[in-house]
Amino acid sequence: MTANTPIEVKDLNVHYGTIHALKNIHVSIPNCQITAVIGPSGCGKSTLLRSFNRMLDTMDDVRVTGGVLVDGENIFAANADVPRLRRKMGLLSQRPFLLPMSIYDNVAYGPRIHGISRHSDLDCTVEKYLRMANMWDEVKDRLREPAAKLSIGQQQRLCLARGLAVEPEIILADEPTSALDPISSRHIEQQFRELRADYTLVMVTHILRQARRLADYVLFMYLGELIEHGPAAELFENPREELTKDYIKGTIS
Amino acid sequence: MDRDSIRQGLDCWGRRGMVATVAMCILLLLLMAMGLLWKSWPILSSHSLAGLFLSSVWKPHGGQFGFLAFILGSLCITGVAVLLAAPVSLLTSIYLSEYAGRRIRALMSPLIDLLAGIPSVVYGVWGVLVVVPLVKDHLAPVFGRYSSGYCVLSAGVVLAIMILPVVIHVGLDVLKSVPQGLREASLSLGANRWETVKHVVLRRAAPGLLAANVLGVSRAFGETMAVLMVAGNVAVTPKSAFDPAYPLPALIANNYGEMMSIPQYDSALMLAALMLFVVVLGFNLLSRWVFARMELRISG
Amino acid sequence: MRKQIEEIAAKILMIGAAVVVAGMVVLILGTVLWRGLPALSWEMISQTPSGGYYLGKGGGILNAIVGSLSVAGGATLLSLGLALPVALSLNVYFKTHSRLAGCVRGSLDVLWGVPSIVYGAFGFAFMLWLGLRASLLGGIITVALMILPIMIRAMDEVIHMVPHEMLEASDALGATRWEGAWKVILRQALPGLASAALIAFGRGIGDAASVLFTAGFSDRIPMSLADPAATLPLAIFFQLGTPFPEVQQRGYAAALILTAIVLTASALARLVSHRAGRFVIR
Repeated sequence: MTANTPIEVKDLNVHYGTIHALKNIHVSIPNCQITAVIGPSGCGKSTLLRSFNRMLDTMDDVRVTGGVLVDGENIFAANADVPRLRRKMGLLSQRPFLLPMSIYDNVAYGPRIHGISRHSDLDCTVEKYLRMANMWDEVKDRLREPAAKLSIGQQQRLCLARGLAVEPEIILADEPTSALDPISSRHIEQQFRELRADYTLVMVTHILRQARRLADYVLFMYLGELIEHGPAAELFENPREELTKDYIKGTIS
Repeated sequence: MDRDSIRQGLDCWGRRGMVATVAMCILLLLLMAMGLLWKSWPILSSHSLAGLFLSSVWKPHGGQFGFLAFILGSLCITGVAVLLAAPVSLLTSIYLSEYAGRRIRALMSPLIDLLAGIPSVVYGVWGVLVVVPLVKDHLAPVFGRYSSGYCVLSAGVVLAIMILPVVIHVGLDVLKSVPQGLREASLSLGANRWETVKHVVLRRAAPGLLAANVLGVSRAFGETMAVLMVAGNVAVTPKSAFDPAYPLPALIANNYGEMMSIPQYDSALMLAALMLFVVVLGFNLLSRWVFARMELRISG
Repeated sequence: MRKQIEEIAAKILMIGAAVVVAGMVVLILGTVLWRGLPALSWEMISQTPSGGYYLGKGGGILNAIVGSLSVAGGATLLSLGLALPVALSLNVYFKTHSRLAGCVRGSLDVLWGVPSIVYGAFGFAFMLWLGLRASLLGGIITVALMILPIMIRAMDEVIHMVPHEMLEASDALGATRWEGAWKVILRQALPGLASAALIAFGRGIGDAASVLFTAGFSDRIPMSLADPAATLPLAIFFQLGTPFPEVQQRGYAAALILTAIVLTASALARLVSHRAGRFVIR
């Protein structure tokens, strides 16, 4: 990790048509920590996450103003290399979206796209990242089988391995465990703790307890605005804003 | 009878009546199949199958009904049509689904519907006015051949345009059914849009796109009027794209007048109709099978 | 770098294909207008052909216009009477995944794909069996059979879009399924059903192969169900096949009118389905 704040958001505003989804977001995401983005549904958490890797581009009628600096570069600059930027960030969605290929090919897809073609290199990469997602032992004998045959917990871990295989610096996770059973959720959370050492993680979650368990840094959002942000211990014990207090207490949800 | 029992009675009998109408639909299909079979039985029973399907000697006056020329004619024309329509429809579907903005989609959608709505006869008229002279005066000479313009190529071109709307429409539906999350997964790994389409979207949509083309083939096979007007209608197996052909639907359409005057002619034409019926049924079952396999693949 | 080139090449091909498709529409409609417009006149649409059995050089195509509208109109009404109960039953009386419903939809799917010439041949055989000659009635029955699967499929789709909760709400209030079907579902789906009928009408009036054997042809306007009825598609076909330019002119005019009718029906169908009826819930 080079910069101390790999992602810096400056005056970010996002409009979906006439709806002002993100209002003047200004924050820096700390390096090699788990940052949790919390808030009630509809507050713009996912939108914020998707603005980081320019996934908003795929939607109609979106207007973005302001800037997001990743490693010092403004990702919204006109000549930004979007695929390269996206490679820097791994995205883990709520529901695992498996590519219509075998387990091996799912993980190898990213590296292949980015130029690794030697068979031995790919084998190495696939094994390395499946191990990192704690899946190697479960699937090493059936790498060529369709990925669709895995259980949903395994699928999500496969997606994690796939995302790691392109060697990102930052991992974005959009409610990564909300579709999973408790045991699989715990696996994923455990992975995140281990990954923290080498990656910056930004995780959107609507499960307060999960945020308490995992987060080092917290962003609290409400109706498109960033109400408060700070180190987890501080925010959860001594929130400054009323809204934050209410959310943590459960008065609003 | 009080009001409630009237209502119950209405519901009960209404239900029976309506379910009966539903059953009538299956009945219609069976009736059609049986009717055609019955009407073509005379010729099926008095001629060998080889004599009917593998011979191209068509002399109804002499009692010889070799359908081969017509079958091959149909196949050639359909083949040309699909060869032309498949790439164009695939590219258009991909463009509209993956690249085009909302405005372009809104513009193209009614245009495609327009194309679908134009009656077959009008396509035939256009074919005669535009395609036939084009082939005769400009295309055939380029290849060093003479053609009257009424040939396989002309019919194939007209037919290709006719099946474009249906193949594009089904293709778009198939592409729409690919979940957006799949595209996002690929894009977030750093692939660009074309790579995403090539490696992920098309792979997932392949069976459905194939089924769309099968549907197009099915429609092309049964098309009558437009082909009738530009195919040439000569009962000889076409040897090149510039030769005339006589597809099965045209055979039926052209000769119904003489049907009654020559023995077994009506039965022969009914056999042609039965052949079309069976082919369409076969294609329908094929595309269902393809769709079923797609379901299987997705759900593992 | 190679990736970008590949993408640009693909984009060029794709846009080219779309342009071809759009261009075809313009080309075909343009040709129809180019030939048909000069041939169009008041006499053309208000008079029947004169001067000989459909090769006469004078007069107009009123016989075909009236004939087509009668055949297609009658067929649409006849088909409606069967299609509506079927479409409603499939969605109201049958469980969503019942095997019988699946069977029926499958049969309708096959019937939808059967070429119109087969309907024509079947209709002809059917008529012979019934003892009918080529007439308005024969045409109506055959076209009705042909457009039945189209109408049912379109209606089925429309009714399928009515949320199931609406029917459940009706059930919960103690209504019978019959009442639910005709008083609730029908009202909600009405615009879509009208649109389906228009689509089927458009298909029916434009088709030649189904009326070729069954409706006959005549210079006169059909006055009863037993009279032979001229139809626009056949009029076009026959008249363009003659060597007389005056007769061919009638053919081009007929082509223009037929295309106009079909496209109007299609546009009306779209309009109707978008404008909700008074009671429809969006």
